[in-house]
Amino acid sequence: MGNMMDIGLGHYLSVAAILFILGVFGIFLNRRNVIIILMSIELILLAVNINLVAFSVFLHDLVGQVFALFILTVAAAEAAIGLAILVIYFRNRGSIAVEDINLMKG
Amino acid sequence: MILPALAFYLFAAVLVLAGMLVITARNPVHSVLFLILAFFNAAGLFVLIGAEFVAMILVIVYVGAVAVLFLFVVMMLDINFQELRKGFLRYLPAGLAVGAALLAELGLVISGWVYAGPADSVRAAPTPESVGNAQALGDLLYTQYAFIFEASGLVLLVAMIGAIVLTLRSRKGVRRQVIADQLARRREDVVAVVKVQTGEGV
Repeated sequence: MGNMMDIGLGHYLSVAAILFILGVFGIFLNRRNVIIILMSIELILLAVNINLVAFSVFLHDLVGQVFALFILTVAAAEAAIGLAILVIYFRNRGSIAVEDINLMKG
Repeated sequence: MILPALAFYLFAAVLVLAGMLVITARNPVHSVLFLILAFFNAAGLFVLIGAEFVAMILVIVYVGAVAVLFLFVVMMLDINFQELRKGFLRYLPAGLAVGAALLAELGLVISGWVYAGPADSVRAAPTPESVGNAQALGDLLYTQYAFIFEASGLVLLVAMIGAIVLTLRSRKGVRRQVIADQLARRREDVVAVVKVQTGEGV
């Protein structure tokens, strides 16, 4: 990774990797709370975006940033739909605990 | 040389710390606020690296829309979050195991990768030297990726319609104004002129 003060691609990839793992860890840690799970997914998508932008800048290829924009769009749509489903689920059932969401289990 | 490095370490440290607090905070409102802090610091990292447009879009879209949406939902739903935190410690070992495994794998990848020489020749869109980041992105987005750009607009439209359709409800027992009924009222139907004799009543 080279010099500590010489910020390169490896530094950004490390930050993104740590953030990605925090997101995955958050899904395990807050297994009962759907809202925190959705936030963890946002963290994971942020880590992916950091990876894409870092590669885009250090490889001098602009497509990575275009992709990051599209991922941002999809993340926003996903959050909107996910929270809408959460709201109507809470309205109908009065709970959002993950283990209570088992109506479709055979 | 030293200032950008220090800025990077500051942004990265706060980002990782905020990410950690997002998943461990007791109160989900605090989680959302730490998520906003994480997004701001990620935007700082992007500015540092020279991707200003993505940084600004990150702040506008994530902080301005997504995080506020989370905040609304967390505050509007009447949920006992302490109840939801049960089992926090029970899932800790499994999470730590998976996290450690992922960390080891990603560490191997990051420490082991090498730059492939021919990668320079297969760039899809080399970053232009003379124009700024936003202009370069716009030049690319509205030409080469115009269809995907429009498709992402459609994704947002479908998400918007979907969210509205999902959460819209017609409440029972609510008295609403019906303009047509009001306009259809005629004087003869609703007003009666009665001659009342003295001392008799209607």
